[in-house]
Amino acid sequence: MRYVIVGAGPAGVVAAETLRGRDAGGEIALIGDEPGEPYARMAIPYVLTGKIGESGARLRKTKDHYRALGIRTVPGRAARLDRGKKELALADGTKLTFDSLLIATGAHAIKPPVPGLDLPGVHHCWTMADARAIAKRASKGAEVVLVGAGFIGCIILESLVERGVKLSVVESESRMLPKMMDEAGGEMIARWCAAKGVKVLTATRLKGVAQGKGERLAVTLDPGGTVPADLVVIATGVKANTDFLAGSNLKLEDGVRVDDRLCADGNSIYAAGDCAQGPDFSGGFMVHAIQPTAAEHGRIAAVNMTGGDARYKGSLIMNVLDTAGLISASFGHWERGEEARALDAKAFRYVKLAFDGDRLAGALTIGLTDHVGAIRGLIQTRAALGGWKAKLMRDPTRVAEAFVASSCAPRAQARGTS
Amino acid sequence: MMMSLHIDPAKCTGCLQCELACSYDNEGVFNPSKSRIKVFNFHDEGRFVPYTCTQCAEAWCLQACPVDAISVDLKTGAKVVSDSLCVGCKVCTIACPFGTVNYNASTGKVLKCDLCGGDPECAKACPTQAITYVDANWTGLERMRTWAAKTDSGPRATH
Amino acid sequence: MAWTGKILRVDLAKGTCKDEPLRMDWAKQYLGQRGLGTKYLAEEIDPKVDPLAPGNKLIMATGPLTGTNASTAGRYSVITKGALTGAIACSNSGGFFGNEMKNAGYDMIIFEGRAPKPVYLYLNNGDAKLVDAAGFWGKSVWDTEEGIKAKHQDPLIRVASIGVAGEKGVLFACIVNDMHRAAGRSGVGAVMGSKNLKAVALRGTLGVKVRDAKAFMAAVAKGKQALAANAVTGQGLPKYGTQVLMNVINEVGALPTRNHRDSQFEGANKISAEAMAAKRPDGKSNLVTNAACFACTIACGRVSQIDRTHYTVAERPKYQVASGGLEYEAAWALGAATGVGDLDALTFANFVCNEQGIDPISFGATLGAAMELYEMGAITSKDTGGIELKFGDPKALTEMTELTGRGEGFGAILGLGSKRMCEKYGKPELSMAVKGQEFPAYDARGIQGMGLTYATSNRGACHLRSYTVSSEILGVPVKTDPLVTEGKAALVKAFQDATAAVDSAGICVFTTFAWTLDDIAPQIDGACEGNWTTAKLLEVGERVWNLERQFNMRAGFTAKDDMLPARLLKDAAKTGPAKGLVNQLGKMLPEYYQLRGWTPDGVPSNETLKRLAL
Repeated sequence: MRYVIVGAGPAGVVAAETLRGRDAGGEIALIGDEPGEPYARMAIPYVLTGKIGESGARLRKTKDHYRALGIRTVPGRAARLDRGKKELALADGTKLTFDSLLIATGAHAIKPPVPGLDLPGVHHCWTMADARAIAKRASKGAEVVLVGAGFIGCIILESLVERGVKLSVVESESRMLPKMMDEAGGEMIARWCAAKGVKVLTATRLKGVAQGKGERLAVTLDPGGTVPADLVVIATGVKANTDFLAGSNLKLEDGVRVDDRLCADGNSIYAAGDCAQGPDFSGGFMVHAIQPTAAEHGRIAAVNMTGGDARYKGSLIMNVLDTAGLISASFGHWERGEEARALDAKAFRYVKLAFDGDRLAGALTIGLTDHVGAIRGLIQTRAALGGWKAKLMRDPTRVAEAFVASSCAPRAQARGTS
Repeated sequence: MMMSLHIDPAKCTGCLQCELACSYDNEGVFNPSKSRIKVFNFHDEGRFVPYTCTQCAEAWCLQACPVDAISVDLKTGAKVVSDSLCVGCKVCTIACPFGTVNYNASTGKVLKCDLCGGDPECAKACPTQAITYVDANWTGLERMRTWAAKTDSGPRATH
Repeated sequence: MAWTGKILRVDLAKGTCKDEPLRMDWAKQYLGQRGLGTKYLAEEIDPKVDPLAPGNKLIMATGPLTGTNASTAGRYSVITKGALTGAIACSNSGGFFGNEMKNAGYDMIIFEGRAPKPVYLYLNNGDAKLVDAAGFWGKSVWDTEEGIKAKHQDPLIRVASIGVAGEKGVLFACIVNDMHRAAGRSGVGAVMGSKNLKAVALRGTLGVKVRDAKAFMAAVAKGKQALAANAVTGQGLPKYGTQVLMNVINEVGALPTRNHRDSQFEGANKISAEAMAAKRPDGKSNLVTNAACFACTIACGRVSQIDRTHYTVAERPKYQVASGGLEYEAAWALGAATGVGDLDALTFANFVCNEQGIDPISFGATLGAAMELYEMGAITSKDTGGIELKFGDPKALTEMTELTGRGEGFGAILGLGSKRMCEKYGKPELSMAVKGQEFPAYDARGIQGMGLTYATSNRGACHLRSYTVSSEILGVPVKTDPLVTEGKAALVKAFQDATAAVDSAGICVFTTFAWTLDDIAPQIDGACEGNWTTAKLLEVGERVWNLERQFNMRAGFTAKDDMLPARLLKDAAKTGPAKGLVNQLGKMLPEYYQLRGWTPDGVPSNETLKRLAL
């Protein structure tokens, strides 16, 4: 069998390893369009803070990992898919034929349609090359404008604060993290960031960037006028890398639409990770651009590519974030249904649970770090809460207890009697 | 022979000796908040439940780690966090559906049970044998494993 | 090491919380908890102060072992001038609160003054603040604890609080932590209430270290083995709890019954450990499980659940849950002292004692006295709001528990304690108390040493100051005859000194069923600087005892207060092995003073004070 995996992020790498585990003799080609070994974008903020070196961001740490597994790494960028010939053409003209293809091309950062974003000193923070460029300008005391206070923007925010820059965050929506947090949570995080010296400008649009004095930039905001900056970081969103699939007749929506086997054509083409629009745990099909989903996608797709029949029950959207020391997380559908909230504004603590009848459907947490994964467990097992529903309505911070109660152990028997 | 922690909540008195032993062995201080095992106290039912990582086959934490910082100890089967590789991104803490990986803000890394390399301190410290380290084949861990399967979003459904 | 070296001083009047270094010179002399707390109190307050005036202080103190993995090392004590007694008060509690204080960074918290309005202390890892408690004032301990955890969004906060009883000044109100562990005796909860301090909420994650880890761990492991191997701590207490004593003490004729008129209770077996374990008609037993305090490898605690059809809970789901069950002293006071033999009624009364924070020993004993007053007509149903206070009536017990817990109706009278109540009705001789504090569950006619124990206890009648029952009944460490007085003075002194040392260390006195100070000294020495030996611990114990004695003398107590009620000295036991006997305190007391190095008037001599560096 000839397997081609296009994209060397977490989904692609997990898939390649799973393929090798299930098919000792198959040919596996792993195509990546960035130089060096496959790395985790998630680790970039920690490279920026100096907590790890670039090698610390590698997806796999053992030497010669890919070669040892007989996985051929191919530098290149996918340009065109010919489904009839089962052939993938790369931008440099190389052509690879496959028996089974995995599309794991991820996403790319996008820019708002305003002038000046090609100027030196304006960067995304998406690739390792971006990180290097940012590191050059984000020195202590430098004035930095971060555009976009969504999940990605906030991850970078942490490292910019640690580098000691004078940071302004610009967000067009009325609050920080408009997708990951509700208003109360977004407000709490904004207040925390402000207390850490970050200027938080919500309901503010970037109008454009112009060359200022010397190497400096002039950033025009609305409202807010023009402010100087040494660096502008654009984190206004990402888009699935599916351009090369134009004309392929695969179903493309927010990403490559796949079924519960992660298959895109009912036959030999699969998609995984940030570019795949797969089953959502709560119903429907969604792009969930998060690490756990990428890894699960990669594994399931590889099982099916090797003749297995693994069905994906759907991904649960969840995120965890550290904004300058304040830890927040979100799970599932926290925005609808009956809810229980506990909010301590002064202590920066917040728990919100959203229920679907007798079950937990979603949650937001701020300032909670112990047993937080149990929230995923409760949601994804669809555990009936029984008497715990009322307890959680009274005190939602007891969610881990509810989980343990529902998953463990019958009632203890009296020991005094034996 | 693969060994695993066998937890029998019916025998637990809630004394927290396991938490003390765990925190002392791992952190050099008595500090239940840093323990990898946690006793849940269901006061209104008179029930205590020691709770820690089951070293589940799905290894959600390991799978979710973006930087390969969690690996399997081949001797014990434990999923072990490498402090030198962990960047503190916390993805494993939300990916583990048991909630048994916790973030430790004072070190910027995550904590989880590593079976103490095959000689778990919690089991040695338990005065009532509520926690024992025994042949994995006959532990009550099956119940939790079964439960884990419910969380499964697919990967184990191979044929 | 082991000590954090830091205390928190909370000025309730000014609303300030300040750190100060622990006086390490005092720590070396008084160890911690009971000893060190008493030293601070004795140095800082006028012993003549009204216990409920702002000039009194309330100290919560841990011991050096508190928070370590030494077995039972989770204890803390509340030290203050007792509301019930006017004497030194030191009430010791288990649960998990003591460990939390240590992990929050403090050996001790000193509360002084009176808050202008109700507050609670919230202490999170060295960050202390007083918080408005308006929303919790008037609430029970149970609601307060749950409410504070929910308010701060932290189920792991540990809370010690007072119920309505403490707010209303019930003189035997206690401070309850972890829902049903209590600093129970002498009215420390009333002192807390007088300060407008509703609760202390702690969260600590800082960790506790020891001096020599290797030596410490070896000594601790040896100690745990000894506890496990011992019949009392390894089997009896975990299986039966302290309730193992109910039938034993009744057999030896030392179970005070109906206000000490009798010394055997015909209903003892109905309220015993065996009864708690027996299957009820509903197929369950009263006992749900045993439970441990922090780090305790004995686990004597009881968790009980009342039959859902029982009259006390049938309409009240709140009390249908599992909660702190009867231990021996409570079962005796709520049962034998009142003649009530209904186990679930006792369990309900015990729940309410925990819920509202009242000492079941003083409450039950006071109710027993009220029942006797009622029987003789000194109290009528006009006084009691129509409730008939008949010995043996479970409804009288449970209704009075609820009224006293809220300080309402006749409960407010019971809340004065037996001494003031019996004086009020003109029968002071019916109060079964020493220094204003009611006896616990051992009749001094059937266990002679306990008569001397009670008479000389610095905090008023108490079994926990020198538990000679251990020797006289259980044979630990040596068996002595409970019916004779010979050797009891020395026995009492030895127990008093050793217990004072144990109470200053951060561990539970129940360990001493299996441990001597020889087992404890290496654990303390492994944890703390100061070359701690058995001899040094005994010296600390004796020093603490004499310091408490000095405090009481400065407060106005004299040898005349080392006295038992006439009933125990003149009315002979009617049944059982002690039939025909009274307590012969007069034979023991002079010898005791002499052994203590005190004058015949019970005053510590100058040589004694000098020897103890007092």
